[in-house]
Amino acid sequence: MSAVVDSHGHGHEHHDHHGGYSGIMRWITTTNHKDIGTLYLWFSFIMFMTGGAMAMVIRLELFSPGLQWVDPDFFNQMTTMHGLIMVFGAIMPAFVGFANWLIPMQIGAPDMAFARMNNWSFWILPFAASLLVISFFMPGGAPGVGWTLYAPLTVQMGIGMDLTIFAVHLLGMSSIMGSINIITTILNLRAPGMTLMRMPLFCWTWLITAYLLVAAMPVLAGAVTMTLTDRHFGTTFFNAAGGGDPVLYQHIFWFFGHPEVYIIALPAFGVISQVIPAFSRKPLFGYASMVYATSAIAILSFIVWAHHMYTVGMPVTGQLFFMYATTLIAVPTGVKVFNWVATMWKGALSFETPMLFAIGFLFLFTLGGFTGLVLSLAAVDIQLHDTYYVVAHFHYVMAIGAVFAGFAGVYFWLPKWTGRMYDEALGKWHFWLSTIFINITFFVQHFSGLAGMPRRIPDYPLMFETWNKISSIGAFGFGLSQLLFLYIVLKAIRSGEKAKDKQWEGADSLEWTHLPTPVPYHSFETQPVLK
Amino acid sequence: MHETRPQAADPRRNENRRMLMRLSIVALVMFGFGFALVPFYEQICAALGVNSLVPIESAAAKNTQIDRARTVSIEFDANSHDLPWRFRPLVRHLQVHPGELATIEYEVVNERAYAVTGQAVPSYGPARAGEYFKKVECFCFDQQTLAAGEVRRMPVVFVVDPKLPKDVSTITLSYTFFEVAGRGGKS
Repeated sequence: MSAVVDSHGHGHEHHDHHGGYSGIMRWITTTNHKDIGTLYLWFSFIMFMTGGAMAMVIRLELFSPGLQWVDPDFFNQMTTMHGLIMVFGAIMPAFVGFANWLIPMQIGAPDMAFARMNNWSFWILPFAASLLVISFFMPGGAPGVGWTLYAPLTVQMGIGMDLTIFAVHLLGMSSIMGSINIITTILNLRAPGMTLMRMPLFCWTWLITAYLLVAAMPVLAGAVTMTLTDRHFGTTFFNAAGGGDPVLYQHIFWFFGHPEVYIIALPAFGVISQVIPAFSRKPLFGYASMVYATSAIAILSFIVWAHHMYTVGMPVTGQLFFMYATTLIAVPTGVKVFNWVATMWKGALSFETPMLFAIGFLFLFTLGGFTGLVLSLAAVDIQLHDTYYVVAHFHYVMAIGAVFAGFAGVYFWLPKWTGRMYDEALGKWHFWLSTIFINITFFVQHFSGLAGMPRRIPDYPLMFETWNKISSIGAFGFGLSQLLFLYIVLKAIRSGEKAKDKQWEGADSLEWTHLPTPVPYHSFETQPVLK
Repeated sequence: MHETRPQAADPRRNENRRMLMRLSIVALVMFGFGFALVPFYEQICAALGVNSLVPIESAAAKNTQIDRARTVSIEFDANSHDLPWRFRPLVRHLQVHPGELATIEYEVVNERAYAVTGQAVPSYGPARAGEYFKKVECFCFDQQTLAAGEVRRMPVVFVVDPKLPKDVSTITLSYTFFEVAGRGGKS
């Protein structure tokens, strides 16, 4: 089950080799945290492009009013799969990839605690993704119910829904195994002297995220299991015809769904908390308050779920409770934003690509946070519920917030991982193109949302045409810019300049200070002792 | 198997296993918790009276249009014009609040030995009260055919509009039955 199954004792003489296999079998059988991290990151990039292609279909159809390219059923399948794939296939695996690569190196551990389980948690993912894709070819197509998989539609959908339910089960298992691995690694395998409060903040945010995953993911598994038994085994949890309640599904789903928002956001915060100090050449401002703020966000995330469902007809007292609890989250989040800005204050700043993406994150995530505050107010939300304002809000925090943090992380650690530098000029192009186009895409959606355009519709009244045209142009631009990202990464791997051991002057975690570049296949076999 | 990794994590093997067990239990408990939410919400909703399919009494539709500060006296009158019918209200007069729904009954008896068709025509005193006297259900909306010797009770359901001029405190409702010529009892 772990790093210790090796009973053949090949010992040290082989350890620059990649296990006993070569070619594809090396990747299938690997238990090395760096290999698995790489697999996660490539998988997530493929899913990012797949989900992105679906977004292009959505924006193409919305380019003009009327039905041009796809029929409404397929449009609904696109919005559903875009959401599921981006959340579970792209963003979450990307940050698990970072965790695999970085956590052992940052805490001075030789590998993850359960290396074999680590292999399983990754290799479940391609199967889950295949199930999602296969569902398109089932009678009735993929589910077109929205990524939230709300009952009662889910109870009525075709067989594609069953495949999606199993895919969610597999994705959940993968995340839970990954989280157990991360928690155990961080709590048990730290190098001597690496106390919890000396860990890089990325490890902290992942430790807390992993706890969120272990607590929230099984609830989602329960919700989709209930949907499954409603569909096939005659239970009526959500089926109103038998006395069930569709609103119950929403309560259970969002009990998972809101922590999920922070499962996505917290590792992004972690990456940003590594990048900003490195390019400010100052230690992170308010380290302890960052840790406490992260924990506070995690705890609060479990008591705010019903702010996603203000319009289901809950009592005013309920609306008030969830409204106050939600606005309370702005406090620890504000602490974090303040700390990042204070870290830059009077720092010796330089603006390489990772820093640009980190600052982009800081601006745009905060903007998404503000629209979140607007939406947290029940009275306002009842007007804005299920409009493009909500779409704009969560794309600012996820499509921009989490994705920009991911880009920042890749540019930041790529030299350490591959030993080669990316092309700085192209990296800056990637940043500016991405930033400009994504704002063109999503900023205007605030306006169409305020004007009342509902989400998840393939057609719309003429009055929304201008905003939608602008938004679609931005989306095509953003999509194409990501091909540049692929080119930059491939170019760096194939022909990038050799990177230095400590490529970034201000970086101070163990992978930069204690390990050569590129990092050897096995690192910290003897744990460093920190004073 | 084909591992070449050194056994660096060995001393912590048991500790790691314990952690794995504990966290797996947490995950399983949370899976159960998802199901436990079902009865939990049922209880909460029952206790708070939300989300019930049967409307609770206090929340049932309530007429907020009744002007309880005001009482109007309604007097009922009945006449037959050339018709051998015994026609009378069961109640001579009634006190109502404007906006309140009230029901009274008239009784009519056909004293002939064959069927007769009649039509009742209402009139009001004072006449201007007529437009504020809203009949929801009335036997005067239709022709009535009574068989020989038949006795029939017929309701009038009405509301007095709260906009009724302040100086009107009594309304007389008078019905007169006319025979519908040539219809006999054939309808």
